Amino acid sequence: MNTTTLLGGIIFAPLIGALVLGLFGKRMNERTVGLIASATVGVSFVLAIIAFTTLLGVAPEGAEGIRRLHNPLFPWIEVGSFKAPFDLVLDPLSALYVVFVTGVGFLIHIFATGYMHGEGGYYRFFCYMNLFMFNMLVLILGSNMLVMFVGWEGVGLCSYLLIGFYFQQQGPAFPNQSAKKAFIVNRIGDVAFAIAIMLVFMKAGSIEFAAVNEWARSLTAAEPMTVAAFGLGGASTIALLMFIGATGKSAQIPLFVWLPDAMAGPTPVSALIHAATMVTAGVYMVARTSEVFVKAPSAMFVVATIGALTALGAATIGLAQWDIKKVLAYSTVSQLGYMFLACGVGAFGAGVFHVVTHAFFKALLFLGSGSVILGMHHEQDMRKMGGLRKFMPITHATMAVGWLAICGFPLLSGFFSKDEILYQTFTTNAFANPVFGKIFWGIGALTAILTAVYMTRLMVLTFWTKERWHDDHGHDHGHADHADDGHGHHGLAKGETPHESPWSMTLPLIVLAIAAAVGGYVGVPNGLGHLVGIENSNMVEHFLEPSVAHVGSHGAVAGHGVEAAAPVAHDATLELGLTAFSILLALGGIGVGFWIFRKNPLLKLPKILEDKWRVDELYEATIIHPIRKLSESILWKAVDVRSIDGLVNAVADGIRGLGGTMRYLQSGLTRSYVAVILLGAACLVGYFLVQGYVK
Amino acid sequence: MTFENTILTLVMFVPLLGAILVALYGRSEDGNSDGIKKLAIGVTVVTFVLSLPLAILFDAKSAGYQFIARAGWIDAAGLKVDYHVGIDGLSLWLVLLTTLIMPIALLASYSAITKRIREYLVLMLILETGMIGVFCALDMFLFYVFWEVMLIPMYLIIGVWGGERRIYASIKFVLYTMIGSLLMLVAIIALYLMHGKATGFYTFDIPLITQSIAAGMLMIPLDTQLWLFGAFAIAFLIKVPLFPFHTWLPDAHVEAPTAGSVILASVLLKMGTYGLMRFNVPMFYEASISLAPIICVFAVFGIVYGALVAMVQPDIKKLVAYSSVSHLGFCVLGIFSLTSMGMQGALYQMLAHGLSTGALFLIIGMIYERRHTRQISEFGGLATPMPQFSTLFMITTFASIGLPLLCGFVGEILVLIGTFTSTTLEGAKWFAAVAATAMVWGAVYMLWMFQRVVMGDVTNPENAKLPDLNLREKVVLVPLVVLMIVMGVYPVFFTKRSQPALDAAIQKSSPVPPQKAQAPARMP
Repeated sequence: MNTTTLLGGIIFAPLIGALVLGLFGKRMNERTVGLIASATVGVSFVLAIIAFTTLLGVAPEGAEGIRRLHNPLFPWIEVGSFKAPFDLVLDPLSALYVVFVTGVGFLIHIFATGYMHGEGGYYRFFCYMNLFMFNMLVLILGSNMLVMFVGWEGVGLCSYLLIGFYFQQQGPAFPNQSAKKAFIVNRIGDVAFAIAIMLVFMKAGSIEFAAVNEWARSLTAAEPMTVAAFGLGGASTIALLMFIGATGKSAQIPLFVWLPDAMAGPTPVSALIHAATMVTAGVYMVARTSEVFVKAPSAMFVVATIGALTALGAATIGLAQWDIKKVLAYSTVSQLGYMFLACGVGAFGAGVFHVVTHAFFKALLFLGSGSVILGMHHEQDMRKMGGLRKFMPITHATMAVGWLAICGFPLLSGFFSKDEILYQTFTTNAFANPVFGKIFWGIGALTAILTAVYMTRLMVLTFWTKERWHDDHGHDHGHADHADDGHGHHGLAKGETPHESPWSMTLPLIVLAIAAAVGGYVGVPNGLGHLVGIENSNMVEHFLEPSVAHVGSHGAVAGHGVEAAAPVAHDATLELGLTAFSILLALGGIGVGFWIFRKNPLLKLPKILEDKWRVDELYEATIIHPIRKLSESILWKAVDVRSIDGLVNAVADGIRGLGGTMRYLQSGLTRSYVAVILLGAACLVGYFLVQGYVK
Repeated sequence: MTFENTILTLVMFVPLLGAILVALYGRSEDGNSDGIKKLAIGVTVVTFVLSLPLAILFDAKSAGYQFIARAGWIDAAGLKVDYHVGIDGLSLWLVLLTTLIMPIALLASYSAITKRIREYLVLMLILETGMIGVFCALDMFLFYVFWEVMLIPMYLIIGVWGGERRIYASIKFVLYTMIGSLLMLVAIIALYLMHGKATGFYTFDIPLITQSIAAGMLMIPLDTQLWLFGAFAIAFLIKVPLFPFHTWLPDAHVEAPTAGSVILASVLLKMGTYGLMRFNVPMFYEASISLAPIICVFAVFGIVYGALVAMVQPDIKKLVAYSSVSHLGFCVLGIFSLTSMGMQGALYQMLAHGLSTGALFLIIGMIYERRHTRQISEFGGLATPMPQFSTLFMITTFASIGLPLLCGFVGEILVLIGTFTSTTLEGAKWFAAVAATAMVWGAVYMLWMFQRVVMGDVTNPENAKLPDLNLREKVVLVPLVVLMIVMGVYPVFFTKRSQPALDAAIQKSSPVPPQKAQAPARMP
């Protein structure tokens, strides 16, 4: 076992930052606060890189040949046979995550030092941000499910704190409301996660990830792909419960409703937590326990279905939003759907690859939108933008890279990862019937077009069409619709023009733009690699290979490594054909976007899309309202007050005489009562003193 | 007389001595009462300091009782009662919780209590002796005496220093509790006689009777067990309180003065769960198994019910009171899972609830002193005028919700895992699954309340200029908040000391190892 203390350093650096800022930040100036916050995350990033390279040098462990670095910290919960030590472990999967999370986190911290300039509670903001980094890294590095759960809940807490950062504002869709909604919706998923932990403990006898995957591998055959499989209490049940947990954190159907509202938080928060890192925790969890999932084809089918439907549904909503952050929020939900689609068809490596490229381009797009919002003096409504290209050239150029990357423009990062997912979906053998793969592929392809359309719309509305920031359209968008960045309604005053942001903001944009452009080259799909003569060009998936599971043919999962040794014949022609088709989808979508919105940027789309399919209203009417009514009218007033207390009072009335005596007691005889008690007690004590202690 | 067998008696009776001092020294009619207030607080602080060696010197490996003191008390007309006290892993932390909460409660009521201060302090100190006595008594008769001793001061504290409906609330409290304790008395006497008949040795000694039962020297047929179990259980479940015996609690909490609510929530409710773990489970194990499903149904129902009713309360104090019904339901569920994890989780949840709910009542007291209202709708935006208060309130809120690395999580997850893996409880998985939904309910009612009280804009101008915490209030709250974090981050420190005793309570097959102070030779 290779041990190291590096991992402790990775998580504790930001925790120390959070503690210092929380305790002493109030007395520091902005510069010091920003420096401490960014530097601690920077330290984590450097340590993460060192740990990553160290990991490459260690010998693989065990039969599966996974390289691991262990860092035991302290025993946490240990009762009877249940053990959850606070230990950290680095394997290829967590190593990849740690590096991109600390890297992107570092850049966003730097961006935020500029973005949050002059805000009240500057130190509080960075204290929460550092605390978030700590929790996110605990989530990634935790060696068992309960430590992951610590990080899992911790990031939820920080998300709550940061969404509600502008806590003074009030209203139905305002920060404190959205923060609470986010936490509670997440907790619904967490219940399932907690039950999964119990079930795993019962089945595998341990909640260490290594032991859980080992247990899953030891199952001889996959469970049947039927609904009944979920009732077996085995791999299918566990996988389904964990996935429900993931739908909360990663904003999938049916629990996605919190994420768009979460945009009420400051924009760097949206970039860090609600785009690049925390929301991908669900994908991480599924990949982390992938051995369990591959033994549960019915759960895999659910994952793929939910992923595909979420990808498509969120993309349709994204088409019709006016708030720049809302478009990006629904886009994030949609892209997360892609990642789950990948996991559901057994392409865990491809899903994780998309997590990484998405982190680059989505963080870039969010930060770019932040730069726009700041340049527009806290205006988020794209109807009031337009023509910003002239005024914000760096923001425009970098965002354009992000736009092309998410659309899947050839040779940018999003192109490689999305193409890989679509190819793997098309050719999946996770399900007995290959038709399912084709259907999922069709949904994915449709989503790809829609993605290109709404992203092009965003760019057109914001940067390219004529300037509309002094127009008054008289459109009636209520505040309720508006994920305001917490600043009430500012916008540009007459005569003002938008301005480019300072270097602390543009520099991270440029770095992220470079990453979004070339970040995909670590995972060039094999088909394309062959084309230019490189074997095993897909370095990411190759690197992850030992730490995620593989699906054998037709859901019957072969033992680990067996399948990997004899891969299914790689159909290079098919892969290249699909790639060509993907390119057509991206270019087609971009073209359609231009064609529709260049002439008519304010084109109204169906109201139902603008209203987000009215899912919130549906939940309010069918779940929230009935529960509140039940609690108030039936449980409290009818059961508690009228039935139980009514009975008690009736009994009490029956012995009113006793009550009368007692009333008399308290009004006049209190002191004598006390005296009697004292006397009795004194006798007792005196007796023991006389009696002495007899052993 | 050694330190080991004196210390516990000291911890128990120093408060009583303090009560006598306060009664003698204090003038009854008001004037300057600072002196007796400080004296009383000093006494509770001394008691707390005296109780610390219990934790430090406690032998974590032993399942038996420690710091035992024993003396004959009554030995006449065939009745034999001993003064027999000691603590094991179950009572250790409850004693410390009590000694910790008392100075905090007194300090919290430093300025809130303005009438009959001397009587108030005397009763508080008697109450402390009573509570510690209940946890330490190893003789059933002694246990019963302390159980009753602690009831009366609490009755008076609610009835004299309470709010508008204090008479109603205090009588309800007494009636409920008396009904339970009468049943318990009957069961105690029955057990005394049965033990005498079976072994020829008449005793109220708890360890001895437990041991006789474990060793098979006292075999109680199942139907008798069920009756005895029921008599004890009703007394304890009223105290917990388990649904549907809970309706005294919201009234008692709302009417009680702040310190009364704090003690009620932190310590008094734990007497019920303590009794279940001390008497019901180890003495009537078979009955526990057969009645566990029905009790767990009520426990799980109460968990959800308490949370839902808490959600719609307009009064913060009532909200927290109903949340106790939910949290204590967890403890009962954990106990009747009859697993190591479940018992440990129940105990941990008791301690965690003591800290977090105690702190919540302190917090409510602080805003009540400022605004003289507890209606949630009267508040809003307190974070702006009172940032320090809001930070401590927030940590407490999340501890209550059960966020990992705070105290509430450990107990909750252990109870859930214990219940889930229980082999004696039929349908254990479903009990655990339904109980797990409390993770959502807890977040709903607590965060909704927190949002309406602390977040948002200051809508009521009366709240705009409220002063933040003063030094006394910080001294009261900060230790509790620090402990919430300590208990969440390093639970092993606490659990490893209580584990042997809890395991012994549910190990039917291997009897409890003989205790040091035991005199088995006296048995035939």
